[in-house]
Amino acid sequence: MDVFVQQLINGLTLGSIYGLIAIGYTMVFGIIGMVNFAHGDVFMVSCFIALIAFLLLTTWLGISSIILAFLVVLVVAMALTALWGWAIERVAYRPLRGSFRLAPLISAIGVSIFLSNFVQVVQGARNKSMPPVLSGGVTLFERDGYAVFLSYKQCLIMGVTAVLLTGFWYLVQRTPFGRAQRACEQDRKMAALLGIDVDRTISLTFVLGAALAAVAGVLYVMYYGVVSFSDGFVPGVKAFTAAVLGGIGSLPGAVLGGLIIGLIETFWSAYFSIEYKDVAAFSILAIVLIFMPSGILGRPEVEKV
Amino acid sequence: MSVAGINVLVEETRAIQAGGKPPLLSVRGVSTYYGSVAALKGVDLDVGEGEIVTLIGANGAGKSTLMMTVFGAPQARSGTITYEGRDITRVPTHAIARLGIAQSPEGRRVFPRMSVHENLQMGAALHGGRYFAEDLDKVVALFPRVGERLHQRAGTMSGGEQQMLAIARALMSRPKLLLLDEPSLGLAPLVVKGIFDAIRRLNREDGMTIFLVEQNAYHALKLAHRGYVLVNGRITMSGTGRQLLDDPSVKAAYLEGGHAAPAAGDAHA
Repeated sequence: MDVFVQQLINGLTLGSIYGLIAIGYTMVFGIIGMVNFAHGDVFMVSCFIALIAFLLLTTWLGISSIILAFLVVLVVAMALTALWGWAIERVAYRPLRGSFRLAPLISAIGVSIFLSNFVQVVQGARNKSMPPVLSGGVTLFERDGYAVFLSYKQCLIMGVTAVLLTGFWYLVQRTPFGRAQRACEQDRKMAALLGIDVDRTISLTFVLGAALAAVAGVLYVMYYGVVSFSDGFVPGVKAFTAAVLGGIGSLPGAVLGGLIIGLIETFWSAYFSIEYKDVAAFSILAIVLIFMPSGILGRPEVEKV
Repeated sequence: MSVAGINVLVEETRAIQAGGKPPLLSVRGVSTYYGSVAALKGVDLDVGEGEIVTLIGANGAGKSTLMMTVFGAPQARSGTITYEGRDITRVPTHAIARLGIAQSPEGRRVFPRMSVHENLQMGAALHGGRYFAEDLDKVVALFPRVGERLHQRAGTMSGGEQQMLAIARALMSRPKLLLLDEPSLGLAPLVVKGIFDAIRRLNREDGMTIFLVEQNAYHALKLAHRGYVLVNGRITMSGTGRQLLDDPSVKAAYLEGGHAAPAAGDAHA
């Protein structure tokens, strides 16, 4: 029971990060039907932006309040990463719109390779570490010498994720931009006939996806304290898996998928073996897709004519 | 019909236009291609301000293509399209919508996973929702069924209801020129009558210019001030609605002997 609760906390923390990244995959897929393979590397770039911003703030500017530093880093990382997302769409995907289906996919793989190599060249190949911030936490309960511990970091990660997802949900469901975004997702041509600038809406979708990946990046470097140029790949693939598991194109699905993947990984590591945690996560994906081909919350491709 | 006969009609059409202002929408020598296949081959057509103009033709003649070409989706490969004296041939689709043209397109294309209310909000999007409440009352008065179903998902409505929603959504943008692509398709006779009455009212009371594509040629020609016949991507005939209705070749090709005509449209229902 104690181990279970502890792993539940760890799993939800990890799942929050996956969920934030997965939204970027699922939104882009929803609107232009393309898997943005560079999204994991955009996440990695945001980790570096967060790390650099944090070091600048604390060591050079001497800001000592962790909460203030965190908020500034969050805003800076979201803004700069969003700019990356916008530029990538503009340079690598938009010119290929209307060409054959695989073209943007190949372009995305190219962007992915570019980003990881770019960061390797400018930041070096070694792991970069971040000074520990926000240590400590609370012991929820203790039994037989096993303490169930909830760290402040984990609280922050889950709290920030919950707040941002709520805001994001509001944006998509209740604002004119969100409506235009959903309209483009359902029928791009019709949206254009109604005066919606489809290209601009697609750009903003990339910007939003990148900004949420940046939130995940900030939380990731804080949680793990190290990051390297190759760290885009595995979280990227996991988040993509989460998006597919939840039903690609579905926003609640992406979050749910993220949490499930996070939970499977931590529980498998705790109860079975840590080496096979990825195998477990991907096996669950395969099994779910056999019985629910469009994912847990995905909608089957049926439309009333 | 003889070549001379066509020319007479063309002359008459020109005479009608010459009296008024320059046409609101003018299509000149427009050709549109899908890949290497020509769907429109040098179409000339005018829609004057305050008119109801109808375009009739068989399936695959290129009627819907012409409607979409006006919106630049796809863009014409050659020829020009002018709206209010401005060349819009190369203007992006969304910018054309912002000039005051709206379309209820072929296949209705309501947003299936949005509520009826949200669909109407999308129609009003280009004004930032400024006149939404006022215009909502208007379209609900025109189509009470739409008003009854504001919170239903559009994809779960019947075909006829979706058709009304598509027209209502187009009206929400307060268009000067309304393009309607087969508004009667798949509808019960009573509903068709309602929709044609609504079109007539929009034209008479609000002065809205309407360009109507129809298979239901009898109703459309009775309603319209002028009409064009499109065959294989070319305009083969034009004239007033009355002239086309009385033309023997139009009768033979599109009206199936005249009296059977009203029922012909209903066969879709």
